[in-house]
Amino acid sequence: MSALSLRGLKKSFGGNAILNGVSLDIEAGEFIALVGPSGCGKSTLLRILAGLDHADSGEIFVGGKDMSPVAAADRNIAMVFQSYALYPHLTAGQNIAVPLAMKRLSRPQRLPLVGSLLPGQKDIRTGIARDVREMAGLLKIDHLLDRKPGQMSGGQRQRVALARAMVRQPSIFLMDEPLSNLDANLRVHARGEIVELHRRAGVPTLYVTHDQAEALSMADRVAVMIGGNLLQLAAPDVIYNDPAHIEVARFVGQPRINIIPAFAENGYVGFEGIRLALLEKLANGPVSLGIRPEFVKLSPSGRSGLSGMIERLEFLGSEVIAHCRLEASGDAVVAKLAPHEAKDLIAGMKVGVVLAPVQAMVFGPEGKRLRFAASARREPAHV
Amino acid sequence: MNSIPVGRIIRFALLSLGALMILAPYIFMISTAGKTQSDIFTSSLALIPQHFYFAENFAKALAKVPMATLLWNGVVVCGMIFFFQVVVAIPCAYAMAKLKFRAARLMMVLVMLGLLVPIHATALPLYVAFDGMSLLNSYTSLVAPFTISVFAIFMFLQFFRAMPDDLLHAARLDGMSELGIVARVIVPNAWPAVTAFAIFSVVAHWNDLYWPLIVVSKQAYATPPLGLMYFRAAEAGDDYGALMAATLIITVPLVAAFLLAQKRFVEGITMTGLKG
Repeated sequence: MSALSLRGLKKSFGGNAILNGVSLDIEAGEFIALVGPSGCGKSTLLRILAGLDHADSGEIFVGGKDMSPVAAADRNIAMVFQSYALYPHLTAGQNIAVPLAMKRLSRPQRLPLVGSLLPGQKDIRTGIARDVREMAGLLKIDHLLDRKPGQMSGGQRQRVALARAMVRQPSIFLMDEPLSNLDANLRVHARGEIVELHRRAGVPTLYVTHDQAEALSMADRVAVMIGGNLLQLAAPDVIYNDPAHIEVARFVGQPRINIIPAFAENGYVGFEGIRLALLEKLANGPVSLGIRPEFVKLSPSGRSGLSGMIERLEFLGSEVIAHCRLEASGDAVVAKLAPHEAKDLIAGMKVGVVLAPVQAMVFGPEGKRLRFAASARREPAHV
Repeated sequence: MNSIPVGRIIRFALLSLGALMILAPYIFMISTAGKTQSDIFTSSLALIPQHFYFAENFAKALAKVPMATLLWNGVVVCGMIFFFQVVVAIPCAYAMAKLKFRAARLMMVLVMLGLLVPIHATALPLYVAFDGMSLLNSYTSLVAPFTISVFAIFMFLQFFRAMPDDLLHAARLDGMSELGIVARVIVPNAWPAVTAFAIFSVVAHWNDLYWPLIVVSKQAYATPPLGLMYFRAAEAGDDYGALMAATLIITVPLVAAFLLAQKRFVEGITMTGLKG
């Protein structure tokens, strides 16, 4: 039984389809990153999951229990928001205590003044204070408990928001781009911390982000969502090396994958001397060829490969990104090179662009991935 | 040379002139409150009284009308009006700003229409109704017509719209009901707007003469401006010095309140209260 499963969730706003039947399963203790460009419906999905919004159709099960009649407050789903959404008028400690107070204290016990006179509330409040301190200790924010959100830095607020979400031991943990308001250094550091916290707490987590690097580096499995469709759900290396759809291939990887138009004829895909035998039947017509930049090599002598020109070089320290244009077809091709490979290259120079055909991926006219026989071979020179 | 730019001097001069024009009647009132009867009616216009007569005028003002009752009535009426206005308007504005329901549009139209209807248009039917319920000459008749303030709803609506949705989502996930959200999240963060509205509301109703004149005919329920009317008509005759002293007494609480709340007032008007 999955910790969380979504079945065919659909949602549209005023005729605009935001979710086109999304299904997803999260296993116990799993960390899933839901990644996609802005406006792909991932935040909507999260809001529906949390019970803050309703799907037009589809079902949500948490631990096998149907959640549709359950109100947001009773789903025991915690969420960390991009803006942190801390209560501005409460201190960090009070912020963290809110979900506990709402859960453990009865309605009259929560009343100001009167509540503090009722029997039994004192023990509960002591318990809450203890849990808040424990959670603060875990996240190393003990010293911030008396500060208000306005007096804290972004990173500190983010920790308080995490503490508030974790303190009530939810059955599902949702995070909506919790790191996107942090500066770059802090973000990389916080990634590791969130993964570490997840490992310790073991609560199944759905982490929404538009940053593919964040998704690949943190998650057990990555769900790529584009245009309201869940295109692929797989381990990070599979998402990168074996994308199921052209949009997945385009979205994941930095710099972006090279997509070159090609043509399928009689079960073969041919492109500038590359010939790949497709395993599936396909009508003759245009297809797309995807090659990751790291599988593109440049030959300064121009003796091998397709003739092209370097338009721009980006030096990134451990690697060099070369933006080239093929002479014959006019297609742009990006190569990711080791610095020693790029030593003799300068912008504006003519080079040979060598595409490794075995590493290529073929995508059909609708973007679906097409497999080909592993024995790709170079065609004779006369073709 | 360390000169002040000309533009700034001109701006300052214009602002000073404007302030002076607006303050002039008040200054003249203070001056008149310190003059004797003969000073007031001399043909020359003097700002500084020739004989300082403040004490006598204030004594007269306090002696001839029940000033304490007037002020107390003012405080009770303004306080009750403000309290009910806020209690009604905050949940209403919250619902209209942040909840999705079918009548929201219609309510918005009604609020807009409500802003356009002055009290004078509804005064007569209200009077007849209060008369029919034998509620004339009571706090109820002074307070009830103003408890639902469309202006307050409109103002809070603008303020609440700027509040981040995520804050409310977080509150819902934390287990708060909608009323809980209003009480625990909205109200504590709405103080700038509430303070700003308080000034508008209290000033309007403290100074209001029209409505009390309609529904109150007994001094026991007279609000300060109405008290001044009695004062002029019945007690003082042409004693403008004492009248001005009495006017000064009833304006001082407002001036003091404004000066104390000035910073928050400006904050509320500019609506920069809250950031996520």
